[in-house]
Amino acid sequence: MSDAVLNILNISKSFGALKASDDVTLDVRAGEIHALIGPNGAGKSTLIAQIAGKLKPDTGKIDLLGMDVTRMSIAERANLGLGRTFQISELAMAYTVLENVMLGALGKRGGAFRFFKPVMKDAELRERAESAIERVGLSQHMNKVTSELSHGQRRQLEVAVALTLEPKIFLMDEPMAGMGAEGSKMLTSFLDELRGQAPILLVEHDMDAVFALADRISVLVYGKVIATGSVDYIRNHDEVRRAYLGEEAA
Amino acid sequence: MISERFFNYIVALLILGTALVAWVMDEPFLITLTTKAVILALAGVGLNLALGQGGLISLGHAAFFGLGGYAMGVLASHAQTFTPLMEAPFLIVGTNSMPVIWLVAIVASSLCAFVIGLLSLRTSGVYFIMVTLAFGQMLYYFSISWPAYGGEDGLSIYVRNSFPGLNTLDPIQFFGICFAILMLVIYGVSRLTHSPFGLALNGARQNAQRVHTVGLNPFKLQLAAFTISGAITGLAGALFADLNRFVSPTMFSWQTSGEIMIFIILGGVARLYGPVVGAALFILLEHWLGGLSDFWHVYLGIILLCVVLFARGGLIGALAKKERAHV
Repeated sequence: MSDAVLNILNISKSFGALKASDDVTLDVRAGEIHALIGPNGAGKSTLIAQIAGKLKPDTGKIDLLGMDVTRMSIAERANLGLGRTFQISELAMAYTVLENVMLGALGKRGGAFRFFKPVMKDAELRERAESAIERVGLSQHMNKVTSELSHGQRRQLEVAVALTLEPKIFLMDEPMAGMGAEGSKMLTSFLDELRGQAPILLVEHDMDAVFALADRISVLVYGKVIATGSVDYIRNHDEVRRAYLGEEAA
Repeated sequence: MISERFFNYIVALLILGTALVAWVMDEPFLITLTTKAVILALAGVGLNLALGQGGLISLGHAAFFGLGGYAMGVLASHAQTFTPLMEAPFLIVGTNSMPVIWLVAIVASSLCAFVIGLLSLRTSGVYFIMVTLAFGQMLYYFSISWPAYGGEDGLSIYVRNSFPGLNTLDPIQFFGICFAILMLVIYGVSRLTHSPFGLALNGARQNAQRVHTVGLNPFKLQLAAFTISGAITGLAGALFADLNRFVSPTMFSWQTSGEIMIFIILGGVARLYGPVVGAALFILLEHWLGGLSDFWHVYLGIILLCVVLFARGGLIGALAKKERAHV
């Protein structure tokens, strides 16, 4: 598929006897939000870790923008254009919102091995960072220390850092988790617009958000993708209803 | 509470003032004591870069301190006896010029720090502490068993090395050199803290995963920090050897590594002047309590315990407001 930004081909990963990823094939195309859902323990986190580069698959191949990244490090993939947000916030907790986002801007531009000029006076980085903060709506908390932020605000901050990377694809692991109804709604409409900038592979438990946003949905159960398709297709898929939605939507 | 910056100025002025008063009152011993504090502070400033900002708890910084010391000892002893270090493939002679010795000390210790860092940064936590300790001990035993440069007895240098335009044997002039170097290095470290490198390094300490995810390599950042850190501590070693006009394997011992770390903890981890306050306090305690009892380390231990339990930011943390690194 020529317009696929991310192509995951026949990935398998086992931990002992447990097959966490079982011959997974998945692609994310330009302009789309592809949601990845599945019950707890289905292997979503393991799959995300392999896409991000934290884990290496036993077999199979991952293509990012037509490049084979299967053996690349986290940093190399980030530099290629993979912008990731975490399920459990991975932020520098003692840094302010602005400092965290500046770190992202620095990662994107490069030049971390400059030892003398004050980084906070770097107009170029500052502009990038502040516009990303504004886009996620954290402007009034710019100088707040991250550890003082609420759960939802940390989520927004994660997205802001990913934005500074100007990624070619977003990899978002439960960005709605821990957010109030208001926050989820705001983030939903934000992600809706964001897909125009870069496609999103979205792992999410909030089904309202998934059904509202997703162009396609893949369902992962016991490490296997049991179905991929449009929202309607997934909603009416027997196996999916039994394996997953049945528990909630019955 | 006063600001940390203001507190730092007071500390710097107090040290300078002590030396000047001692000079006016003709108390060379007090000047030498102050100089010792300044040099040890410099060693601590080096370690603080790795430990405080990088989060790299190195118990092997004596390796760099000792290398700096032996850089001075080896070069000066050859100059003293008018024998070359080596004749083939090219001639290297000894020297008693301080700037040359400093350069050699910096190059040697940063190279060593680079190699030790390259190997030990593959580990973290307790393992990192143990690996750095092991490297330090390797150099310690090497220095003991190398008879050419005194072995266990160390090396005595009879005349302090020279600095163009100054009489280094005059205590106040030697103090001036050391104090100027300390201030310069602190200025450099302060710039580094606020630089892009500082932002990335301190970020990597807090969350390596985060730094990785924005496309930066924490390992490279930490290796660079460790190398610079070793170079600074090495320079301090060269000055320390010149202060005593003597080097011995003690400079390589793990107790030395521990003492440098104690300066930082006493003064305040990751604080710009933490090691300065800590080293000054250490020297004061050593002088006062050491006069009372040979077992003064007992009191030091109690004080250290109190600092760790009740003043996590060290003395500076207790007395001054925390200054944010990047504003």
